[in-house]
Amino acid sequence: MLPEIGQFTLILACILSFLQMVYPLYGVQTGHQGAIRSARILTILQFIAVASSFAILAYSFLINDFTVGYIATNSNSAMPWYFRLSAVWGAHEGSLLLWVFLLAGWSIAVALMSKRLPIESVARVLAVLGLLSFGFYLFVILTSNPFERTLPYFPIDGRDLNPLLQDFGLVIHPPMLYMGYVGFSVAFAFAIAALLEGRLDSAWAKWSRPWTMAAWMFLTVGIALGSWWAYYELGWGGWWFWDPVENASFMPWLAGTALIHSLAVSEKRGVFKSWTVLLALSAFSLSLLGTFLVRSGVLVSVHAFASDPTRGLFILGFLVLVIGGSLLLYAIQASKVKSRGRYELASRESMLLINNILLIAALIVVLLGTLLPLVHKEIGLGSISIGEPFFNRMFTILIVPFALFLGVGSLFRWKRQQLNDLKKPLTLILILSVLSTVLFLFIFAPFLTWLAVLGTFLGFWIIVAVAYEIYLRSTHRHAFSKGVMKLGNSHWAMSFGHLGLAVMIIGITMTQNFSIEKDIKLAVGDHITFEHYDFHFDQVKPLNGPNYTGSVGIFTVKQDQKQIAVMHAEKRIYTVQRMPMTEAAIDAGITRDLYIAMGEQLPDGAWAVRIYYKPFIRWIWLGPLIMAFGGLLMICDRRYRSKKENGNESVPTTEKEGAQNA
Amino acid sequence: MITFNKSNLLIALMIATSLMLFSHNSQAAIETFEFDNAQQEQTFHELTKLLRCPKCQNNNIADSNAELAKDLRNKTYELVTQGQTKEQVIDYMVARFGNFVRYDPPVTPLTIFLWLGPLLFIVFGLLVLLRQIKKQPAKGSQLDAQEQEKLQKLLKQHVKDTKS
Amino acid sequence: MLNKRRVLTLLVPFIIFIIGAVLLATPLLKGSDPSKLDSALVGQAVPAFTLQDIYDENKQYDASIFKGQKMLLNVWATWCPTCYAEHTYLNKLAKQGLYIVGMNYKDDRKKAIRWLNDLNDPYQISLFDQNGMLGMDLGVYGAPETFLIDSKGIIQYRHVGDLNDKVWNNKLLAIYEGME
Repeated sequence: MLPEIGQFTLILACILSFLQMVYPLYGVQTGHQGAIRSARILTILQFIAVASSFAILAYSFLINDFTVGYIATNSNSAMPWYFRLSAVWGAHEGSLLLWVFLLAGWSIAVALMSKRLPIESVARVLAVLGLLSFGFYLFVILTSNPFERTLPYFPIDGRDLNPLLQDFGLVIHPPMLYMGYVGFSVAFAFAIAALLEGRLDSAWAKWSRPWTMAAWMFLTVGIALGSWWAYYELGWGGWWFWDPVENASFMPWLAGTALIHSLAVSEKRGVFKSWTVLLALSAFSLSLLGTFLVRSGVLVSVHAFASDPTRGLFILGFLVLVIGGSLLLYAIQASKVKSRGRYELASRESMLLINNILLIAALIVVLLGTLLPLVHKEIGLGSISIGEPFFNRMFTILIVPFALFLGVGSLFRWKRQQLNDLKKPLTLILILSVLSTVLFLFIFAPFLTWLAVLGTFLGFWIIVAVAYEIYLRSTHRHAFSKGVMKLGNSHWAMSFGHLGLAVMIIGITMTQNFSIEKDIKLAVGDHITFEHYDFHFDQVKPLNGPNYTGSVGIFTVKQDQKQIAVMHAEKRIYTVQRMPMTEAAIDAGITRDLYIAMGEQLPDGAWAVRIYYKPFIRWIWLGPLIMAFGGLLMICDRRYRSKKENGNESVPTTEKEGAQNA
Repeated sequence: MITFNKSNLLIALMIATSLMLFSHNSQAAIETFEFDNAQQEQTFHELTKLLRCPKCQNNNIADSNAELAKDLRNKTYELVTQGQTKEQVIDYMVARFGNFVRYDPPVTPLTIFLWLGPLLFIVFGLLVLLRQIKKQPAKGSQLDAQEQEKLQKLLKQHVKDTKS
Repeated sequence: MLNKRRVLTLLVPFIIFIIGAVLLATPLLKGSDPSKLDSALVGQAVPAFTLQDIYDENKQYDASIFKGQKMLLNVWATWCPTCYAEHTYLNKLAKQGLYIVGMNYKDDRKKAIRWLNDLNDPYQISLFDQNGMLGMDLGVYGAPETFLIDSKGIIQYRHVGDLNDKVWNNKLLAIYEGME
């Protein structure tokens, strides 16, 4: 009975989302106040309906209701409860339900937290969100129903979740990632609403900024979590594979990063508005494209969902409708926008636009690299692969101007910067960053490569520039200790965002240049020494988990005769799916990771073992966390919270805007 | 009887589709090769990361545990220890498995856009930026008559406000 | 009021998107499988080899067997379930008078002979490629694969996956008929 109720509330949510799309727009069109006000109520009801569906599916997983086909295929009664719960989003149908649930979550957040906005604007935004929800509900209900029963003949136990997904990483990675993907729908809805209204002004930029930042934050953390999960779970020691699925999440991130910067310019200076709108449309469009790529089976990917052409065609149709429609609307409406804020080539505005150009160039690299193989085959030129060597080369080239401009950019003033004034700070930053690079490499690098020097320098260039900029702004009017306390949250947000990137660049540089990989044959009692570490293979013990068996290799690691770690590298066989899995042993550290993965047992009783030494790999994920923290600071900025400022606010820029747009 | 067949079919279908989810091998491919010198070892590692396993979903032959990946690793090892260069090994593989086998795509009339696309965008973007800056009218003359009037009004209002 | 040129410029994203959507839709509508690869050897002669006959260790063949008439080269193995599925169809084709060479790929000789005895042998010649030597040179990446080879010994097409009525009539027959 319960699954049927879940299906019913899902259909109910679908109908409510349709109303949420149509009725408020009708109200705005006719001036019917009741209809306008209905937007909030409908959104709340829709959320309650879909939340019930989601809760019912989760509950059905917890009680092992294998009459539901989706649960029978993706769960097993031997799985611990938390994995049964996260199995809800372990495959196509449930992850789509998570998607619509989160979309409803963002919608209700907009409905409840936008009391300061004009009611008509909110109605439009919620109507657009209603449209998006409606499309996805139809998709779930028509092609991917998670509540489908297998009655009357149902299995006694489930087929188990893919062992790779039975991990803490899967519990949190997809929700975070989807929060990001789906979150861009809010920026999208704000942009469409503004286009419909024909009112693209600083107020619009100001409203969508915290929402965009929140989505970007989730996406940043989500991608970092995915990378970390792949690193420890797949046993290859890699942290990014340029797989289409990863690219699908990276593209909206790049567009979103460009968007949060461009929004800042549009809010503060009232320029680049049509460009900003285009980015807002793109960020979410790329999320949709990612969904399409992952779920349609047009690409060969490591972790594509079960491919199904009808699903692909459905999403593509929806894509054409939503993205095509919004881009048409954009062409017509954005052409009326005039931005007259003045700025010179040497200005913060130009710097931010250059940053945008480089980010979008990177986006084009990823987009072409992901989709071109498809086209290449389709027009008869044969199958090709585009992977790590290509992407790494292009990103190595692009990061150089990007990091250099980023370091300098924050020192530029709005409108106009006297270049002469920058000579002294730039020389100072250059000297300090070169010194730091030399010192850092002297301590941590076993040898030198050009790329290592370049990468480290770029990282320190940003760090020093960020520090100098903080110093400069703090000592502008006050003594440093007093001034630094007066810096706004937004300023700290920028500093942390940039700092995060620098940390990540250094992490990537060190990992890519100085990692060591050893594939060796070790018998119990053997040991191997490298990089001052001595790995002693102590013993192999049998392993008995809830739904797996296997063996665990125990290693003692010594550095300079001192024991620093005992590592347990597991080799599991999941009993239901008969799938072997490597659970690597990792000794994590701020300057290096030690990583052991067990291979096969060889005929002579010894084991094939892979040992990695990965310097600074933690920095690769630390960086995004710092960036996301920056985002959090920005959202908490007083400007977006204070109750005083409302829809008809008149901050100086808006007033000027108003005059200019009239 | 019919329902029975139908549900059976459904289950079979579900099993078939769910197998495709994450269907790559999740087990690290670990082998122990021995090399004459460090140079060869280095070349071998680079090659196995650069060559794609044609059978697998999207794995290089270093990471994949598939039978074919194992064969290709062994072949790569054989060729490298024979003293063949990186390019020679890649050519060998491409001659047999096509360009799909290399993660670094060759230049073709279409793939040239992989490099040109981003470059053209950057050039185009910078040109637009420069034009935009040039197009900005000189200060003062940027308001048309209507806007001038409005501005005057605003200013007057302001003066009044401050006086009162 | 609308500035025409500006509208046209702003239409660029829309146009790019539509082109992209069409490109994405074609493989979906055609139902092409991205994991199926074209052979790199189309237009080239079958590479040189020496392999034993599957029944007789002392009997050896080389690439000259592919010359003189057009034929199919079928790559199969007993560990491959799809090969089992297509075997009946191969027998049917052989009965129609097609010349089919079989290549047993990375397999066990005894099992392979038993398979051929039990299920009928559609092959004029059966090669035994135990360590996948010829398979590597042919770029075989998964059994079953079927190569269409013309009378000069040139590979004209490769089909990956099982042979059945649909595949044969819709695609392979035309290529086969067109070969010399």
